[in-house]
Amino acid sequence: MYDVVIIGAGVVGSCIARELSRYELSICLLDKEWDVASGTSKGNSAIVHAGYDAKPGTLQARLNVKGNELMEQWCTELDVPFKRVGSLLLAFNDDDMGELYKLMEQGRTNGVPELRIIYKDELHTMEHHISGDAIAALYAPTAGVVCPYELTIAAAENAVINGADIRLGQTVQSIMRDSDSFEVVTTEHTIRARYVIDAAGVYADDIASMIGDNSFKITPRKGEYCILDKAKGYLAKHVIFQPPTAMGKGVLVTPTVDGNILVGPNAHDVNDKEDMATTAEGLQEIMDTARKSVPAVSERDVITSFAGLRAVSGDDFVIKPSDVDSRFIIVGGICSPGLTSAPAIALMVTEFLHQAGLIIDAKADYNPIRKGIPRFREMNEDERRRLIAMDPAFGRVICRCETVTEGEIIEAVNRPIPAVTLDAIKRRARAGMGRCQSGFCTPRVMEIISKQKGIPVDGITKKGGRSIVLTGVVQKGDAYDDRT
Amino acid sequence: MIEHDVVVIGGGPAGLAAAVAARQAGAEDVCIIERDKRLGGILQQCIHNGFGLHIFEEELTGPEYAQRFIDMARQWGVHSMLDTMVLDITPDRMITVVNNRDGLQTIKAGAVVLAMGCRERSRGALNIPGTRPAGIFTAGTAQRFVNMEGFMPGNQIVVLGSGDIGLIMARRLTLEGADVKMVCEIMPYSSGLKRNIVQCLDDFGIPLRMNHTVTEIHGKERIEGVIIAAVDQNRKPIAGSEEYVPCDTLLLSVGLIPENELSRSAGIQLNPITGGPVVDESMQTSIPGIFACGNVVHVNDLVDNVSTESAIAGKAAAMYDLGMFDESKAGIKVKAGPGVRYIVPNAINLTRVDDAVTLYFRVDNVYEGAVLRVSTDKSILFNIKKKIMVPGEMQHIKLKKSFLGKQGDISDIVVEVAGEAN
Repeated sequence: MYDVVIIGAGVVGSCIARELSRYELSICLLDKEWDVASGTSKGNSAIVHAGYDAKPGTLQARLNVKGNELMEQWCTELDVPFKRVGSLLLAFNDDDMGELYKLMEQGRTNGVPELRIIYKDELHTMEHHISGDAIAALYAPTAGVVCPYELTIAAAENAVINGADIRLGQTVQSIMRDSDSFEVVTTEHTIRARYVIDAAGVYADDIASMIGDNSFKITPRKGEYCILDKAKGYLAKHVIFQPPTAMGKGVLVTPTVDGNILVGPNAHDVNDKEDMATTAEGLQEIMDTARKSVPAVSERDVITSFAGLRAVSGDDFVIKPSDVDSRFIIVGGICSPGLTSAPAIALMVTEFLHQAGLIIDAKADYNPIRKGIPRFREMNEDERRRLIAMDPAFGRVICRCETVTEGEIIEAVNRPIPAVTLDAIKRRARAGMGRCQSGFCTPRVMEIISKQKGIPVDGITKKGGRSIVLTGVVQKGDAYDDRT
Repeated sequence: MIEHDVVVIGGGPAGLAAAVAARQAGAEDVCIIERDKRLGGILQQCIHNGFGLHIFEEELTGPEYAQRFIDMARQWGVHSMLDTMVLDITPDRMITVVNNRDGLQTIKAGAVVLAMGCRERSRGALNIPGTRPAGIFTAGTAQRFVNMEGFMPGNQIVVLGSGDIGLIMARRLTLEGADVKMVCEIMPYSSGLKRNIVQCLDDFGIPLRMNHTVTEIHGKERIEGVIIAAVDQNRKPIAGSEEYVPCDTLLLSVGLIPENELSRSAGIQLNPITGGPVVDESMQTSIPGIFACGNVVHVNDLVDNVSTESAIAGKAAAMYDLGMFDESKAGIKVKAGPGVRYIVPNAINLTRVDDAVTLYFRVDNVYEGAVLRVSTDKSILFNIKKKIMVPGEMQHIKLKKSFLGKQGDISDIVVEVAGEAN
């Protein structure tokens, strides 16, 4: 029996797991996918918002500003790259100017510090490649960029280091409850827990309805993105927004923590909660719209594209103990600014659990520090020498585009949450994230996983389940004998 | 610090030929730096034959062709550092490398030859919409799996793009028992060699669907199918022509991109069309003492051409190191005129030419019965009537030094196609 089971190992579920792992609690973090950060947490804008967008008084407004404040400490403790690059909301005409002033006021009401409007000269000094049509911008220095899957992985790893269990690749099928506990039935196990946290992203409403709570509905809102080559990293220094629309914050152009440029998203409501397919029209739409902000954004520089689903439920987050059972905490409708808010949501949920009767005693040996995988590519010569002296595998480059070494991949395979799929390696060590999109390193990464874990090469998947990469051996000749 | 007379970056066909030529031209200490565990580059996975017809006048497989040069390199005492990655090159030829034996090292080179080859365009670069399942490979990655690692990438295969590797893999996978359903080519002509279309597709009854592309990828975990569609003259899919093709694998053979990240960080001038360094007749880049050859400069069809071109680079690098390279500016600009997509080299210094200089170029469309015109800023040099020219087959023209010398003080040579595209 667990004290708490968390359904959904996205950024919200993982941050909650990490926060709860401070206390003397037994925790289980569950996900239907084969890695953490496999849903919305891997397909979003990767922005730490300043907090001026949300209506004052909403959960979004409060948690955004609080989450933005917490982000620095969380990322420092968890060794996650976070860059407070600041954001610029562009205005192209008088109507936009009105919007800028409105949002600046709203931001000040929400408690966002240092907001100011900058005009053409200063704006174009700050960003050399934005459109000449931009006349002014709302500058929010506290906005930043973070890697959303790295934050998720780091938080989940830190939870595991501090004693949480993690169970991946199992879908929750039903939830029973009685007076002292819940029984969460998955495709693999039945898990008993005294408290349940529903952090299931686009499925949060389906999970809640398993205990008869139909108080909210999630609409998946698809957003498509393109990633540009690092060679174009100079195109934007800040997060560059356009005036928001009814469907969201609009198409942005932003640097990523890794030095690429991210373009997107559009916003289209979809019916299918698994529909993460990009569309030709959608990709065209975001590139065309992005060029309004940064005209030099070009299809020629796209190295990959992806789509993510925002979990939208009305105009605000739905974070509350269920009316059906207060030991069941709903964390639903976590669309933007969900990533920014995640650390603050974790604190809020902990408080709800406390109020619902969960006794939370601080754990004496809680370790808030999680050390990430060394990043050879970001090191100076001395650091590189020291790393290789420690382990020569850090001297062997496997992914040439991103300069990822064998040592980093071996470490990713052997982390507290082991990475045994190509996508899991990619999100931890960046092998395959570069301009060749894993063309050269795939065979070598598979060889390392196989060797480290004793899995046959043709048993390795892209992302778990039936996503097998190779369909078998060619023929049982010499090569086969060598391998076995 | 380590010092070498000539450092060659990349141990594929270009690097091997350059290294051998550098030794033959008198450079004593020539070193190849190769990131793979063995020399030979991509040829090691090209187990089909057809290599070496021009240079060795026989048909060799890729590994056989590579071995000839590896043997020559050995005979000539060329050094090599294998399993070693070059991290940085400076304009004054300091090279930072890393491997798991010696860690980080800095090498000072008398001259440098860039021979890093190219990479394949990926799905991302094409921006093919749809899901992101397993089972999408570039043709070269699939080739490595089949020919070197001994694994099948899939069983029911659609190939997008009719580049040579895609054609070769269509045959290869058929021979291994896979069902290759079709090759789709967005252009009205193939970018592959005619002989590969005949020998790899026609002989095996694999359909080649010209003016078709993949417009969507289906399948959540493993690819389950693709939607293909006919395209119009602007390469835009024609509504209503969509067709669902079930498959478990999509191979991409949609172009090769010279790998010039090192060149770029060294500040070498690149040609926006080829993506490779701008070079002169000696294959010298915009930075004196740094030469480039093979697919890092422009993507070749035939390895024989790579070897020939790379020998020029290797020899020039040796001369540079020995202080025997005429460092005067190249006086003649070589330009791609109408109908010519790009041309290599981009400049000629006649004093450095031994006997003749060969211009390599590609036309931008299919031309039947057109005329290739070579002219200078002063006059038309000559016209050559060509039966057919296609973008997939590189053209070349050899210009004798004695002939060029007679043209007086010329500043430009222009190659153009005089005639209509089909």
